[in-house]
Amino acid sequence: MIDVLAGMRPDSWNFPLFVHVLGATLAFGAVMAAVGTLLLTPGGGGDPEGLRRFAFRVLLFVGLPAYIVMRVGAQWIYDKENLDAAPEDPTWVSIGFIVGDAGLVVFLLALVLSGIALRRRHSGLGTAAGVLGAVLLVGMVIAVWAMGAKPS
Amino acid sequence: MELNDWILSLHLLAAALLVGAEVVFGAMIVTLWRENSSVRVNSFFRVSQIATWMVQAGSAGTLVFGVWLSISKDPYEPWNGWIIAALVLWAIAGGLGARAGQAYGAAGMEARRLAGNGDVSSHLVGETFGPSTAFKLHVVSNVAIVLLLIDMIWKPGA
Repeated sequence: MIDVLAGMRPDSWNFPLFVHVLGATLAFGAVMAAVGTLLLTPGGGGDPEGLRRFAFRVLLFVGLPAYIVMRVGAQWIYDKENLDAAPEDPTWVSIGFIVGDAGLVVFLLALVLSGIALRRRHSGLGTAAGVLGAVLLVGMVIAVWAMGAKPS
Repeated sequence: MELNDWILSLHLLAAALLVGAEVVFGAMIVTLWRENSSVRVNSFFRVSQIATWMVQAGSAGTLVFGVWLSISKDPYEPWNGWIIAALVLWAIAGGLGARAGQAYGAAGMEARRLAGNGDVSSHLVGETFGPSTAFKLHVVSNVAIVLLLIDMIWKPGA
């Protein structure tokens, strides 16, 4: 099994891996910011609309581009490692793809809901977006664990 | 799975927390740029608490699990050049980030105190959430974190 982060690898893999890791960590932070804002700030801390705007913008302007960079980087390093040549993906790669692709749907739902919550000043929709973000965060934690522990 | 695999996982999770915290702080700084409304700044108090917890857990986790890996995993040793460079960058990022955090924290506490008396504008708060020394420290700290990530992936000299 190819040890992506900790082992020796060709230099040509480093940049795609950097793109993937940077995108993933930025996306993680953006989702964390939105979840923290939408779920853990009771009453909006005096400025509920400002916080909903913050959550929506951080998802749109940081989270979405970072998520795309993460996913493109993942495919890039996947191709570099010739993992598609194997009869089936290792478990850790499958976990990464499931979280990456299903997570994008969850991410987009959270983004749209937070946008509607901002437009309609609807705290319930904001909470729903926060719950979706929290689900995505759990998936991201599992994916990060899989990238490191590499269960076969 | 071996113990080293678990340690690497925890190291990566800590790194995600650390970079994630910087995203939260960065987004807050951009959102509150030159903001002097105490109520507006105070509304981010809880979010800043979460980010502070993230940066503390992330900093401690990356260091502890990173050093542990450098000892337990072949062929690495704690005195390898790229690991020493990582430790130096970690110290720079942490030291500057902590100083920036103190300044932003002081402005946040001032906003919290003033918000209790209604929406009072504060020169200190508006100045801190602008092109202040705290902001410059935050930027340099983030540059150090990106360099740290580059060092971890390229492992120069390994």
